[in-house]
Amino acid sequence: MEILHLEGTEDTPKIILDKKNGIFEISGRSLPEDSAEFYRPVLDWIKQYSADPNPTTDFVFKLEYFNTASSKLILDVLNALEDIKGMKILWYYHEDDEDMQEAGQEFSELVEIPFEFKTY
Amino acid sequence: MDFIYNLHRTMMNQQLILVYEGEFTQETTKSILAMAERNLDSSGEESAIKRKVFNVMVEALQNIVKHSDELVDGEVRSHAAIFLIGKEPDRYSIMTGNPIRKPNVEKLKNALEHINSLDKDGLKELYKNIIKNTTISEKGGAGLGFVDMARKSGEKLEFSFPEMNTEYCFFCLKVNVPRESGE
Repeated sequence: MEILHLEGTEDTPKIILDKKNGIFEISGRSLPEDSAEFYRPVLDWIKQYSADPNPTTDFVFKLEYFNTASSKLILDVLNALEDIKGMKILWYYHEDDEDMQEAGQEFSELVEIPFEFKTY
Repeated sequence: MDFIYNLHRTMMNQQLILVYEGEFTQETTKSILAMAERNLDSSGEESAIKRKVFNVMVEALQNIVKHSDELVDGEVRSHAAIFLIGKEPDRYSIMTGNPIRKPNVEKLKNALEHINSLDKDGLKELYKNIIKNTTISEKGGAGLGFVDMARKSGEKLEFSFPEMNTEYCFFCLKVNVPRESGE
């Protein structure tokens, strides 16, 4: 399966989705002008992956900041991951960033996927 | 030329650290954010406060980018809006002003009043309800911006709608972010 690799910019996150090496990560800042457009390839990739996933998937969110339009799309991403067996979300937040911790907790209440919280 | 001095004095009196007037796009949003971030960094502001200010700024600026283009009136420039940041000893204020068509005032006012009627838990519930049920609008908004600003602020949103002309009001919004971090 093809690797989806997008370098981060000042308003879009870094994305690596690599089935072979087991790396699934969205990190950095997410405040694109058109969040639906930006996350479309991510959702497409997950849809394809879900047809034949690895036995376990640790999906990393390591976001420094995201805007509200991105938060909707992050929920869409989580919804797309929800039915994949062996899925786990690793939600990273900066140790003094209570808002990012709380955001992760809220997402975890909205989907049926185990979340593990980690600080950096 | 007195207006230059007057404007400068107004800015000093109002303790404004950044004022931008004109066209708002994603590009200007990024520039304004970068400028404000440098300012916050060089003043050594606490990172938790910095993040909240940044957060409110993004939502406020993107609101203008998405909605101020309502103004098609040939008399007034489209995208004509204003963005200000004030810094007082005990708080930052993120302020915006943009034209809004009169028929849209009532709905916006109701939404803001509803947000202001809620406490911390009420805002959290509203946020979760909207994010579950919303779809991204044509303009790219999720309908969460004001709720998020209220949550990050922890204070009531201040707003007013002075009249511009027969067709438009000017939507003024002020969001405060307290500098004492204790919640």
